[in-house]
Amino acid sequence: MEIVDFLHYAFIRRALITGSFIALVCSLLGVLLVLRRFSLIGDGLAHVTFGSVAIGLLLKQHPVYVSIPIVMLSSLGILKLTEKAKLYGDAAIGIVSSIGIAGGILIASIAGGFNVDLFSYLFGNILSISKAEVFTAIVLSLVVLLIISLFYKEHFSTTFDEEFAKVSGINTKKINSILVLLTGITVVLAMRVVGIMLTSALLILPAVTALQIAKSFKNTMAISSVIAMSSVIIGIYISFVMNLPTGATIVMTNFIFFIAAFLYRNIFPKD
Amino acid sequence: MSINILSIEGLNFRYNSLEVLSNISFSINAGDYIGLVGPNGSGKTTLIRIILGLMKPTKGHISLFGVESWKFKEWYKVGYLPQRVLFNPYFPATVKEIVSLGLLSKRGFSKGLDIPEETMIDEAMGLMDVLDIKNKLIGDLSGGQQQRVLVARAIVNKPELLILDEPTTALDPETREKFFHTLQELNQNKKVTIILVTHDIGSIGKYASKLLYLDKRIVFYGSFEDFCSSVDMGSYFGEFAQHLICHRHD
Repeated sequence: MEIVDFLHYAFIRRALITGSFIALVCSLLGVLLVLRRFSLIGDGLAHVTFGSVAIGLLLKQHPVYVSIPIVMLSSLGILKLTEKAKLYGDAAIGIVSSIGIAGGILIASIAGGFNVDLFSYLFGNILSISKAEVFTAIVLSLVVLLIISLFYKEHFSTTFDEEFAKVSGINTKKINSILVLLTGITVVLAMRVVGIMLTSALLILPAVTALQIAKSFKNTMAISSVIAMSSVIIGIYISFVMNLPTGATIVMTNFIFFIAAFLYRNIFPKD
Repeated sequence: MSINILSIEGLNFRYNSLEVLSNISFSINAGDYIGLVGPNGSGKTTLIRIILGLMKPTKGHISLFGVESWKFKEWYKVGYLPQRVLFNPYFPATVKEIVSLGLLSKRGFSKGLDIPEETMIDEAMGLMDVLDIKNKLIGDLSGGQQQRVLVARAIVNKPELLILDEPTTALDPETREKFFHTLQELNQNKKVTIILVTHDIGSIGKYASKLLYLDKRIVFYGSFEDFCSSVDMGSYFGEFAQHLICHRHD
């Protein structure tokens, strides 16, 4: 199939535009999360979205709108548990994540199951995204991008050396809260692209791919963004042409980029 | 009249039931070069972290540049090198990017570097001899090179007070001497006030103007001349140890 034919379909154009915006946001946040060894927060928050989607379906409200505040609160919960309960980040993520899954199962059970709807959120279905969802995703992505760019230096400094950042006058608690809140919003958006089960891949894979070959911090951000957006575009194209599940194809495309970067680094090592 | 840079009064710090710092009072004037020494666990790093607002004292008052530390906002006046920077060895930042972080407190955020700032970064890198590796990733450098990059980050802002917590631990003897010499130049030519935490009591005697010996309390604070002529210090350290410190200073 020619690219032009492929772009002829409105649902494909919607998926490409929305997916690219979400991938861009995921890739930038992913670099910060991976470098802080907080990669699995995406996975944990995605599990929370399972519970929040169930609440949305139970209340007959759009799951994305119900999920955003719940997941943002959960992201702050993970941060507070890490700070106040003297837990390592992975333990805090584990607690919040399992509560999300348990809550979702309980709600689904009480409601007698939502089978098809819940399944589509678990594995994603960006090709069925509505115009309203496109609008929401683009607006929220732009908000996240704006906040990342406004606090870029603070995030860079805090990620590299939190203590020095504090002495520089940076309110690192605020910066950490901003990071997890933005991650919360992004995870909900990413759920529509690749599904709850694969959300963390959109955060982690482009970042770790960029880390294989990057030559500076800015360069890491740029490479991560290009890889994430390319993976979404290529993934949607391949899944459409070969009739494969879109979310899984996007993730596998990301993984192929990672393998290529890994091989490149090992074949052409730095001086 | 000398300008007061740091003033500490009646500072105490307890961790659970353990007394870490007891009744610490001293002040530092502009242009002082303080060697902060003491045995392991004597509270040196804790004192530095309290001065920098990273820890809260149990009791006592601290003022920086005449302002109570909890109200102090002008952090661009302070340069800091922590004892250990536990950064990710695969962190993808270049030497220049790391050094530029030292400018954050002064310049605000979100804007790109202007020409004077580029010059300041180059000067700091030149001073610490890392200019020729400015585009290398921090993780690709040796321990000594990384330490020099972090010192460049601490001085890039041209701070009025420079606090360095054991900065020479990863440096070879030649680089260490050069480093001490650079600090002396900063102190004498640029009038930077320095607090240097070190175990290298012999070397610090050659460069610092004052000695602050800490062992959970202040054992001695004053000039090296006073330290060397003090009978009390002779009894506290033993005459041999006192001679060893003072011999290097003479």
